Amino acid sequence: MTGSLDLLVNAIISGLLLGGFYAAVSVGVAISFGMLDVVNIAHPAFILLGSYAAFIGNTVFGIDPILATIIVLPAFYLLGLLVYQVYYVAFERRDDQSLRGLSFFFGILFVAEVGLILTFGVDYRSVQAWYVSGNLNLHFIELPWRLLVPFLLGLAMVAVLQLFLSRTFLGRAIQAVAQDQQALRLMAANPTRIKRIAFGLSFATAALGGAALIIIQPVEPSIGREYIGRIFAICVLGGLGSFPGMVIAAVTLGIVENITATFFGPSWAPAVSFGVLLITLAVRPSGILGR
Amino acid sequence: MVSSVVKEEEEREGIRGLGHLAFIAALVAAAAVIFGIARLIGNSYAFFAAYVVVQYIVLGSAWNILGGYTGYVNFGITAFFAIGAYSTVVLYKLTPWLPLPAMIVVGGAMAALVGLGTGYLTLRLRGVFFSIATLALAVVVQTLITNWDFVGGARGAYVLRPKLAPLIGGDYVEYLFLVMLGLCVAVLATARAIERSALGYGFAAIRDDEAAAEASGVPTLRLKLVATALSGGFMGMAGAPLPYYVTYLDPASGFSLNYAVNAIAMPLIGGTASWVGPVIGGILVGGLQEYIRVTISSAVNVLVVGVLMVAFVILAPQGIVGLFQRKRR
Repeated sequence: MTGSLDLLVNAIISGLLLGGFYAAVSVGVAISFGMLDVVNIAHPAFILLGSYAAFIGNTVFGIDPILATIIVLPAFYLLGLLVYQVYYVAFERRDDQSLRGLSFFFGILFVAEVGLILTFGVDYRSVQAWYVSGNLNLHFIELPWRLLVPFLLGLAMVAVLQLFLSRTFLGRAIQAVAQDQQALRLMAANPTRIKRIAFGLSFATAALGGAALIIIQPVEPSIGREYIGRIFAICVLGGLGSFPGMVIAAVTLGIVENITATFFGPSWAPAVSFGVLLITLAVRPSGILGR
Repeated sequence: MVSSVVKEEEEREGIRGLGHLAFIAALVAAAAVIFGIARLIGNSYAFFAAYVVVQYIVLGSAWNILGGYTGYVNFGITAFFAIGAYSTVVLYKLTPWLPLPAMIVVGGAMAALVGLGTGYLTLRLRGVFFSIATLALAVVVQTLITNWDFVGGARGAYVLRPKLAPLIGGDYVEYLFLVMLGLCVAVLATARAIERSALGYGFAAIRDDEAAAEASGVPTLRLKLVATALSGGFMGMAGAPLPYYVTYLDPASGFSLNYAVNAIAMPLIGGTASWVGPVIGGILVGGLQEYIRVTISSAVNVLVVGVLMVAFVILAPQGIVGLFQRKRR
């Protein structure tokens, strides 16, 4: 009995840490889908691109994986601006977001994945850093640094973005665009420009999320797919556009997934996010902290 | 605008006086000619390659019934396709004497039920939620199958292909191809019948402006559910013969993202407004893929499909059919 209680406590704690990591990979979609209403299902592919950037920085130049992705942040930001510009010109302006806009991102997801396969092959890649192995030894429990660092990174990303959105002029403008584009236009601001910047930011978070991902587990090009369901489940459950809700949802999903993996086997864990997503959509589509 | 295209097309058809029965007869005749040519070539590679192309036409047309006609994007093609394939695996183990067409009907029914369930839970919301749910559905069905030992789990399942084809004689692949051609006739006839019926106008109304359709008394939820069930059912049917075609089926190949990308790319490239689009897209893209797979490599061939799809949704939103219609005007 104490054995399974131990397992449960362990599953909850590592699920909590996993939740922080999920927040790191979901925050970009919380911006693009939650605030800008751009359903970027290709986001996981760009997270993987971030992972491979960290991998190259780490193995070729020997720098820290997180530092490596911080270096490429501007490139991801610019890539985000570019993708949004194409999306805006081709779909949003024509008011044709649903069918073709979604297919556009689906195509990008697929092209990015195959591109990564052609470039890096299908082998699992990992990074070297002091925190990839080893534990933080608190006297009552051992926390693996491998989970702790992405957890802290995720919380830091959410905190910084939350501060940016609520304290700076540009951040408030982004929130305004999320609430009422028309009103923003009446204030003589250009909603498209603000959305473009926000979308660039969402891409930049994918780079850091990629670093977190490759720290937690070795990556290969097609694992991005497993994260699509998770990320969108988290964003929907959290209530679109709400960062605190997203963090609560991420931690909840992390814990539920971990308990499932512990007691039913890890191969069942991917089904959890779908269950959560479906139940949320059926019962409370506005999410936990939705408006 | 799009519905005017449909109407215009109908008037043209009306002048030609081509009724639906005649259309089906023409389809059957075309299928017979294609089958005859394949038999004349007599090369079993021809059957294997042609099977894949026709399978994609069925998948693309099935996707188009929901995606093209109502505007709801289903990304969970692999889920429906694999439900069909795995229900054949189950039937093969339980009742191996059952003829293949009966297995196809069962596979289609299972897939249609799953489509109905997913649709019932998510179609009342905005369209994106349905799309996201189907994306996740593919992952969850794969998880279930991977954990289901009876159908082989992650190790996969072997299906023995009979040596000889029933009824027509010859290699069993010829029979599989014939069955797939039959499915193709069925899905195209259904798609065209929908386009010309009240159902099709209801679908088009949902696609063009759902709120307005609802307000003018179109039973939107019911129509969307009909479309989801039909579309999912045909995808399941397209997948049902797969175990006999590949003889070894594991979750990784049954749920390959290639099926999903192809089934979406083909209607989008061909044109989503009518049944012709998926056929044109399927023949072009399917043929191109077979060619690249043989001459270059299979990784490049999937990349080409992805790039073509992105290029078409950006540059030619009405697909190849749209390009021709624009020229003629």
